[in-house]
Amino acid sequence: MVMDTKYFHHALKFRKDVCIGCSHCMSVCPTYAIRIRDGKADLLDNYCVDCGRCYRACPVGAIIVEQDDLRQIFNYSKRVAIIPSVLMGQFPSSVSITQVTSVLMELGFTHVYEVEHGVEVLKSQMSEYISENTDIRPLISTFCPAIVRLIQVRFPNLTPNLILLKSPLDIAAAYYNKKLIDEGNKAEEIGIFYITPCAAKIAAVKSPVGQKNSPITGVINMDYIFNKVYTAVKQGFPGKDSRIFPSRDPLKSSGITWPATNGEAAHMPGRTLAIDEINNVIEFLEQLENEENQDIDFLELRACDESCAGGILTSSNRFYTVERLKKRAQRSENKEKDNNYRYVNPGPIIEYKEFLKQNLAIKKIQPRSMEKLDENISLAMKKMEQVHEILDNLPYVDCGICGSPTCSVLAEDIVQGHANINQCIYVQKNLEQKGDLTSLQSMEILKKIWGKDKFEDKQ
Amino acid sequence: MHFEYQIEGGNFTRAGFASSEIKKMMKQLNVDMGVIKRTVVSTYEAEVNVVAHAFSGTIYVDLDEEKIVIQLQDQGPGIPDIDQAMKEGFSTASSAVREMGFGAGMGLPNIKRNADDFQITSEVNKGTNVKITMFFNK
Ligand SMILES: Nc1ncnc2c1ncn2[C@@H]1O[C@H](COP(=O)(O)OP(=O)(O)O)[C@@H](O)[C@H]1O
Ligand code: SF4
Ligand SMILES: [Mg+2]
Repeated sequence: MVMDTKYFHHALKFRKDVCIGCSHCMSVCPTYAIRIRDGKADLLDNYCVDCGRCYRACPVGAIIVEQDDLRQIFNYSKRVAIIPSVLMGQFPSSVSITQVTSVLMELGFTHVYEVEHGVEVLKSQMSEYISENTDIRPLISTFCPAIVRLIQVRFPNLTPNLILLKSPLDIAAAYYNKKLIDEGNKAEEIGIFYITPCAAKIAAVKSPVGQKNSPITGVINMDYIFNKVYTAVKQGFPGKDSRIFPSRDPLKSSGITWPATNGEAAHMPGRTLAIDEINNVIEFLEQLENEENQDIDFLELRACDESCAGGILTSSNRFYTVERLKKRAQRSENKEKDNNYRYVNPGPIIEYKEFLKQNLAIKKIQPRSMEKLDENISLAMKKMEQVHEILDNLPYVDCGICGSPTCSVLAEDIVQGHANINQCIYVQKNLEQKGDLTSLQSMEILKKIWGKDKFEDKQ
Repeated sequence: MHFEYQIEGGNFTRAGFASSEIKKMMKQLNVDMGVIKRTVVSTYEAEVNVVAHAFSGTIYVDLDEEKIVIQLQDQGPGIPDIDQAMKEGFSTASSAVREMGFGAGMGLPNIKRNADDFQITSEVNKGTNVKITMFFNK
C-alpha cells in the first residue's frame, strides 16, 4: 500500500468511542480498507469506495453516515427536496406520494422533485453515447458512485470505459436550480437537498468525480426522512386541517425503475448486462479484464444487492421496494398508454432539454490504482519478493487475528511498514515454542491489536 | 521471480487463474495499464487453449524489472500445421467447446497481436509450447 494524498471525502465515519473492535467490518470490506489497531477499526481512506458493507456489518452502530443538518435548509428561501423513487418505494402502497410530499413540505421544504425526472434527458443521450462511441467496449455506467471509485482503485484499466455523462440526480438538480432562477429567484436563495439512499452518493456530492462542483447544496439521509414521514403518516398526517400538496410532475415508468437492477440496462442498445452487489461486480470485472473480444455494449454495475433498493440508508426490505417500484412503473405505463388521460408527458424538464444536454458531459475519470507496491518498479519488485517470502510463512487461514483482513494483506502491510510478522498468531506460537518469544510478549502484541479490555480476566 | 501454475485439460472453470495472478502482480509492480491488458489477454487465451485442446499443462512465469516471460507447456495432441492454426478463424474446437463461448479460432492470432514476442513450437502427439514475452517500459 502506498499512503499518499487523500483523494476522497467519505461519508462513512467510524466512531472510536462506540467501536468494540470486533472486526466484523474488516471481514466484509470488499476493498480491504479496514484494519484493527488498538482495539478499534481503522479505515484506510484511499481504499474505501463508500459501498457501506461495513455499516451493515457493525453490530453496535459504530459506523455512521454523516449527513447535513436538516435545519440548514432554512438558510435558503427556496428549499428543494430532491427525492429518489426509492424513497417512495419505502412506503406501503397505502401511502401516496401526495402524503409524502405534504409531510416533506411540513418539514420545511418549499419544493419536492423526484430525481428520476433527470432520466428523461439522460436516457436518450446515454443511448446515443453508446451508439456513437463504438471504439470502447463495454461502456460502463457511472450511475453508482461506489462503482466509479471501485473502478478507479481496483480496475484502473477500465476507467476509459466509464460513460462520461452526469447522473439523473445532477441533471434533476441542475434543472430545478435553473428553473427557479428563471422564475426570478437569486442563486443564493436556492438550496437543493438530496435525500440519499447511501453513503456513496453523499461522497459523490461532497467530492464529485469528473465535475468541479456539485449542484447539490446538502444531503439528508433517507432513513432519517423515512422515519419522520412515516411517523407523521402513522399519526394521521396530513389530516383535515393540514395543507396538501399534490406532486405535479408524474414520473415516467422508465424513471421509476431506473435505480433498480436492470433499470438502465433495459433501455440501452445492443448487448447489455446488469450486475448488482459489489462482490459480484468485482468477480465480473476480474473476468472481463482477461477477455479480448468484448461484445458487450453496456454494463450497468451497482454496489448494492438489488441496487438502490438495497442502499444502506433504506428502511424497507429491498425486495418489497423493488416490487413497489415495478408496480408503480406499471401503473405509470398504463397511464402513458391511455390517450384519454391528460398526462403531462414527459414533464416540464423537457423544456430545458437543450440547456441540460449542453451541461451533460463530465470530465475524464482518472485511474488511481491502489494496488501498486511502489511507484518505482525496482522497489516494487523488491517489495513483491518480500511479500512472497513472508507469505510462505503465513498459514493462509485469513483469520484476521493479526488485525489485517487476510494473510496476503498482512504480508503487504508488513512490507509497507505498517505491521509486523509476529502479529500472526501462528508465527507467534512457532516463536514461542522455539523460545524466541515469551508468552508475555505475545500477549502484549495481541493487546496492541485488540486492545487491553479483551484480555481482562472477567471472573 | 519465478512462479508455476498447473492447468487441467477440460476444466474451463479454473481457466483464468494464472492470468488473474499475473495481472495482480503486474498491478503491484505499477506496470503500464496497456501492457497489463495485453499480457493478461494473451495469457488467458493461451491458458484456454491448453484447457480446450490439451490434456494438462504447466505455466512457467519469470518476472523481473524489465519484462515478464510466460511459458505454457502442455501434454496433448500438438498442432500438426502451425501456420494454419495461426490463421484467424481456424479452429478444430468441438461443438461442445464452442457452445461454452470458446473456439472462435481467434486465440492464437490474438496472442500474436498482443504479445511483444511470441513463439510457438509443437510436436504432434506430445504437446505444445507457447512462449509470451512482454516488456514493461513500452
Ligand atoms: N495447446 C494446444 N494444443 C493443441 N492444439 C492447439 C493448442 N492451441 C491451439 N491449438 C490448435 O490451434 C487451433 C487454433 O487455436 P486458436 O486460434 O486459439 O482457436 P480456438 O482455440 O478458438 O480453436 C485450435 O483449434 C487447435 O486446433
Ligand atoms: S447501488 Fe445505489 S444505493 Fe447502492 S451504493 Fe450504488 S448508488 Fe448508492
Ligand atoms: Mg483458443
